[in-house]
Amino acid sequence: MSQVAQGGGAAAVPASSAFPVRRRRKFNYQSVLGTLPMIITAIGVFVICIIFSVIWSFTNSKVFPNFNFVGLAQYQRLWTTDRWLISVQNVVIFGALSMVFGMVFGYLLAVFMDQRIKQEDLFRSIFLYPFAMSLVVTGLVWQWMFDPNLGIQAAVRQIGWTSFSLAPLVNKETALYGVVLGGLWNGVGVTMAIMLAGLRGVDAEIWKAAKVDGIPTWKTYLFIVLPMMRGAIATAFILQLTGVVRVFDIVIAMTQGGPGISTQVPAIYVIQHITDRANVGQGMAAATMMLLPVLLLIVVQGLLQWNAKRKQGRA
Amino acid sequence: MKSLLSAVALTAAALMSSTAVHAADVEVIHWWTSGGEQAAVSVFAREFDASGDKWVDTAIAGGENARSATLQRILGGDPPGAAQFNPGRQYEELIAGGQLLDLTALAEKEGWEKLIRPASISSACLVDGKWWCVPVNIHSWNWAWASTAAFKKAGVELPTSFDDFLAKAPKLKEAGIIPFAIGGESWQINGAFGVLQTSLLGLEKREKILKDKDLELAKAEMPAVFTKWREFKQWSDEGAANRNWNDTTNLVVTDQAGMQIMGDWARGEFGVAGKQPGVDYACLALPVDAPTVSTGGDIFLFPKQSDPAVEEAQLKLASQMISPRVQALFNNAKGSMPVRDDVDMSLADDCMKKGLEIIKNPANIAEDAGRWLSNDTTGQMNDLVAQFWSDDTMTVDAAVAKYVEILQNAD
Repeated sequence: MSQVAQGGGAAAVPASSAFPVRRRRKFNYQSVLGTLPMIITAIGVFVICIIFSVIWSFTNSKVFPNFNFVGLAQYQRLWTTDRWLISVQNVVIFGALSMVFGMVFGYLLAVFMDQRIKQEDLFRSIFLYPFAMSLVVTGLVWQWMFDPNLGIQAAVRQIGWTSFSLAPLVNKETALYGVVLGGLWNGVGVTMAIMLAGLRGVDAEIWKAAKVDGIPTWKTYLFIVLPMMRGAIATAFILQLTGVVRVFDIVIAMTQGGPGISTQVPAIYVIQHITDRANVGQGMAAATMMLLPVLLLIVVQGLLQWNAKRKQGRA
Repeated sequence: MKSLLSAVALTAAALMSSTAVHAADVEVIHWWTSGGEQAAVSVFAREFDASGDKWVDTAIAGGENARSATLQRILGGDPPGAAQFNPGRQYEELIAGGQLLDLTALAEKEGWEKLIRPASISSACLVDGKWWCVPVNIHSWNWAWASTAAFKKAGVELPTSFDDFLAKAPKLKEAGIIPFAIGGESWQINGAFGVLQTSLLGLEKREKILKDKDLELAKAEMPAVFTKWREFKQWSDEGAANRNWNDTTNLVVTDQAGMQIMGDWARGEFGVAGKQPGVDYACLALPVDAPTVSTGGDIFLFPKQSDPAVEEAQLKLASQMISPRVQALFNNAKGSMPVRDDVDMSLADDCMKKGLEIIKNPANIAEDAGRWLSNDTTGQMNDLVAQFWSDDTMTVDAAVAKYVEILQNAD
């Protein structure tokens, strides 16, 4: 594929260099050829597959996808299933908690790293290291630490504090918070790295000006620097958001959705239904529901962009 | 010159290798990965290789994962030569879709229908007069495993019934023993729940509910099962969440827990630890006063192949799997019961002999619920029973209502 693209590119170069760049709107064969593999992948994998997912969500497909349409029956079942309702609730709680704490701790860590501390490289590596680990490994490690019979609780009790209790995963009320903690430990380093890059990108003159004006350091961080690193914040936010919507492996590793069904999340529901439970229709209905908030975000973003462009055009 | 020579040599080698190997490679997907299981599956592989063909082993941990992989491979047009499933409805669509090799001719030649017992085992593979798979063993869920030492430590006799066990549970707890060992995975919870259901309702009512979907009977009988189940929950330990079945069995093996309700694959764990049935542990066939055996187990199916040589090898493998010699070697290693009566099970331990005795009478056979319920329905029941187990605020009435709803919508 890449050979074809290169060949096309080589042939196109002399042709375009013969004419001075006048007609800007001329169709750019080179770039289209070069991106063709990506275009095919994007349309083939994303657009077409998504369309089929949505179509199959209106059928009673079992193992083999079929086209026996059953209307909204799959959605009706989905929204009357306790497990799905709990899954949706969980992903919202999980998302809100890990985003808020992820951003706050990420920023605090970045500010801490920004204090010209000694061994900054070492600390940065330590904080970033968890992210290099697979979420399955992270999840298993935290599962062991939270295991009442062999984890932190057992260790502290052995020392002598016998009433000590720290085993969030065994209780259906607290299990989700245990998972949030594991996820935070894994992801907060990346947020920190992005925020730190943002902090370092702020012009040193700003800091000098703030010093001259006698503004306390914490106020400078909060009210002057923070608003200036919008780009870094948006990047960290989007990265975390995608992590939340597709959260799957850490839950599987830490709780398998339990105790009972108390830490189930939508992605597990989808995967389980299209594989072992052999109910592709139901799985696709759930997948379509997962797509909905993402689509909504894209539409809102598109509208905002369009609006901004229109304003620019007027001005 | 040199390159010409090597080219000739290569071609010759290629020709020779393609003519010398008459036999075919058969890739087999299964989920037997623990120590005892691997010893068992290598019996199949060894016998098959000895006959000149080649067993290509694809072990995938976890039944759910292995079955998914097989289904995806068949859907994607790259089917394995053979694949393990549980008997029941897991592969009904593969049969209907014409994806499987028809074994009828072989089965009729060898008389499978007559030699496989009980009859309900063959019904998993014999669909509308045609054979689509080979049953290789029988596993029963209807067992409880009790630690003799744990009960002795508590100063009580081994339990004789569920109520008797519940009455003795406080004594066990006082002695620092986990009375009821269970792992928090939903299949374990629902499996043990099913055993309790069989024991409380009897085979006939159970069949009416699960097979004929008698909703009125379910409404009348299931509250008692859920109520009793909650009593059991009170005697489990807090470490139950997310615990594997074999780690749970290990609690009984090491006398930290009193009793576990688990299928007969648990026996292997006791065996590996060098424990003796009747001395170190007791195997109780449930219900104790009228023991039953459920017809779970494993089957192998053979997806259709384009290469006739592979097809021939598939048929050979199918025939071997059910032959008396392989059945004896395999099931002795696996700790399961053979699907035919005429095999040498002299190596079997007391617990298996107990099971073999029970299975002789067709009245003791509890057909596996997977024969009547699709994986989708079973999955919904897993979710419900696990939810009920972990959530003490869920009332029995609410649970029964959900149970009836699942039955009503079962496909």
